[in-house]
Amino acid sequence: MFRLMTRSKLSVLLVFLIVALVFTGCGNTDKEAEPSSALHLEISHVVGGSSLTLNSATPYTTPAGESFTVSTFKYYLSNFKLGKADGTEYAVPESYFLVDEAKAASKTITLSGIPAGDYSSLTFMVGVDSTHNVSGAKAGALDPINSMFWDWNTGYIFAKLEGSSPQAPGNHGVLLHVGGFKTPNNAIRVISPTLAGATIQIRQDRVPTVQMQADVLRMLSGPNTIRFADTYNIMGAGPSAMRLADNYAAGMFTVRQVQEK
Amino acid sequence: MPSFLLRRLAVLWCLGLSLASCGGNEKTEETGENSHTTTPYQLTLPSNLPQAISIPPDNPLTVEGVDLGRKLFYEPRLSRTGTQSCGSCHQQSKAFTDGLTKAVGGDGLPHSRNTMSLANVLWETTLNWDGAATSLEQQARIPIENPVEMHQLLAEGVRKLQQSDLYPPLFQKAFGTSIITEENVLKALGQFERTLISANSRYDQYLRKTGSLTPTERQGAAIFNNHPGEVGGVFIRGGACHHCHFSETGLFSSPDFFNNGLDVNFADAGRGAITGLASDRGKFKAPTLRNIALTAPYMHDGRFKTLEDVLDHYNEHVQTTSAFVDPNVLLSNTPNGTRLDLTATEKTQLLAFLRTLTDSSFVTDKRFSDPFKQ
Repeated sequence: MFRLMTRSKLSVLLVFLIVALVFTGCGNTDKEAEPSSALHLEISHVVGGSSLTLNSATPYTTPAGESFTVSTFKYYLSNFKLGKADGTEYAVPESYFLVDEAKAASKTITLSGIPAGDYSSLTFMVGVDSTHNVSGAKAGALDPINSMFWDWNTGYIFAKLEGSSPQAPGNHGVLLHVGGFKTPNNAIRVISPTLAGATIQIRQDRVPTVQMQADVLRMLSGPNTIRFADTYNIMGAGPSAMRLADNYAAGMFTVRQVQEK
Repeated sequence: MPSFLLRRLAVLWCLGLSLASCGGNEKTEETGENSHTTTPYQLTLPSNLPQAISIPPDNPLTVEGVDLGRKLFYEPRLSRTGTQSCGSCHQQSKAFTDGLTKAVGGDGLPHSRNTMSLANVLWETTLNWDGAATSLEQQARIPIENPVEMHQLLAEGVRKLQQSDLYPPLFQKAFGTSIITEENVLKALGQFERTLISANSRYDQYLRKTGSLTPTERQGAAIFNNHPGEVGGVFIRGGACHHCHFSETGLFSSPDFFNNGLDVNFADAGRGAITGLASDRGKFKAPTLRNIALTAPYMHDGRFKTLEDVLDHYNEHVQTTSAFVDPNVLLSNTPNGTRLDLTATEKTQLLAFLRTLTDSSFVTDKRFSDPFKQ
């Protein structure tokens, strides 16, 4: 066979072989790593129709008619999942974020390494899963330096709303710290705000932005009407924390827009 | 010398340099006719303090740098009068504080604030009572140049050090140049301060299961860490101290700033003077409680002489109408109460716990002492 080839043909074949080899080498890794990209989640905080301002001079009013101001509003979002129309889901590994009104950068979450595809649902946990409440590396968002770790038996504070209200008894301070991961007071809530028919299209060259809003009033209303007159100091697990968690699971988070880019 | 020999020598020299630069942990630099090699300083992190530390990449800890930093820390030539060093106010025996209500500068003038402890500053991301500095290198210049502290431009201090016999060779060893710069003075001070780790108190030994606490001290720890209020039908009593003095990190401090209800009108705006925000007025950093029994008097202005006074403040005298007072100091152990309302016994327990945070080895460690007094 080789005798029949001319020298030039042989060298062409050699080049071809080398090129083929190189391509196979790359091809293999390409097959292992599907094209993936990222998703930005931009969160804005509102109190009903107004945007949230910490320590605002003008107080807000709850649906129950009590006035209040907010000095701290922060919560964990974790265990993000993206679902396709066919029912398959992609779980974003190690996705733990502490969203804090006082830290602007924390209000943009970037989920990376998501396989390309069209996703029709976004699911996440408000809080921290029980595994990470009892063990696990306490780093990054879960670092106790963030003042969201409640020791002894309660684990993490999932959501914290602090401020003041003239209707709150005693010194009028409001401290609502929701936590608890054990039955019957398990306050972990998994929610999937509606995308209103929109699709999150993840492509290698496309990083969409989901704009989500969190309404403080929906923590204080919904299935349970919260009155500071009787509910002003909530710490960790318990029936009151459950009532707040049921509220924020029912509609505190709404997706406003899915922006393609 | 024949030119081919010169070329060969040059090649050898380059080879030597490139070999040296590959030489593991050792750092060799050519600066003029001198060369220097530094030895990495092995920082031992206690198991119950955060393992994540952030050291500026341009100022790694070296044995030579830490040694120089220690001398500079106790060097009075960095003050205008030549009588005051960092160590004058940050005295090791008092966990690097001075026992005064407010610090007194080299000229005898009073500072407006109380001297802060330097224990575990390695982990602090905000420094000073108001967070004016965020790195130790940046911080070190403030007391050196402040008119009510050491009151001398760092440039002048550098000039004095340069004229000494002691320092040029030490800077050569630590930074590869005997020409002293302001930057290298600050770097050396930062390196020394990062070694001031305190985690060998009785409380630490209890956590590491090499020691024990009395029942009273353990009850005090529970008061420290409990948030008062009803949980699942049971009323839990506590002081909620941990909300600002994070026990879970082991540092007993917070990078944040709080209005803890000392006053209604603040003479010192604290954090508010840095941010310009009305809501930050009267907010101060929650300092570490490690060695707290050694660091009296207390608060940013040293207004409380004893720990008993401090507990009385939180228990009975919080100015609840102070604007933007932190809601955590408005809590009560009496349902709908207006004061914290810990009992006398609970206060005693809390005090007993706070005293377990004293680390006697930290305040006697020879590595941290004044090298000119040995």
